[in-house]
Amino acid sequence: MSLPPLPKSAIVIGATAADWRAAVTLAGDALASSGMARPGYSGEMIRMIEEHGPYVVIAPGLALAHARPGPDVIADGLSVVTLAEPVSFGHPYNDPVRVVLALAMATPGEHLAAVAAVANVFNDSDAITELAGATSAEEVQRIMNPQNS
Amino acid sequence: MKIVTICGAGIGSSGILKVNAERVLRKLGLDATVVAADIGSVREVAADAQVILTSAEFVEAIGKTFADVIIIQNFFDTTELTEKLEAALG
Repeated sequence: MSLPPLPKSAIVIGATAADWRAAVTLAGDALASSGMARPGYSGEMIRMIEEHGPYVVIAPGLALAHARPGPDVIADGLSVVTLAEPVSFGHPYNDPVRVVLALAMATPGEHLAAVAAVANVFNDSDAITELAGATSAEEVQRIMNPQNS
Repeated sequence: MKIVTICGAGIGSSGILKVNAERVLRKLGLDATVVAADIGSVREVAADAQVILTSAEFVEAIGKTFADVIIIQNFFDTTELTEKLEAALG
């Protein structure tokens, strides 16, 4: 059960985002600059939220943005964006968001092991606060993937 | 017993709910199949389900169903999941 690839190039610390769309776009850009998704993936993730609401804010302060597997996904991967100023997604319980994760999955059906690894990280209730306060990409990698450090 | 977790794409958040629901069910000693699905396939997938786990945004789209629809606020909080599953299944 291992986490999807999270290279340093997919980690952005202390970013500034005017609103939730900008925050999701930053997370999509981080996937794109790491070669895991095409630039269009940001728009797909935003459309999922426009269509279904801010359900991606699955825990206090944390959004797990994602779209369906499709042509805009190049390879399985994860990006992490921490925000200097939290943004509101319009979620009834879990706003404001300080950490945005973006998940790209190349094929349906193979995601569960990867998602289980994400769940493992955040079942530790301190993980979101630790990520929000991280000051380097290495620190984010260590929080997300403790067994590899 | 069948439990269905629902989100928009059927991969990210519903997958997290599935994984954590299975953990909670194991701890409670309850035997159930947990299936993650997207909102578009909820009618088909949840037709024979006893419980649907989801976030508040999908309740309206799920519509009328024989299953108990349970809203989860924090997908990583296994205490919340345990309390709500126990209340629904106990």
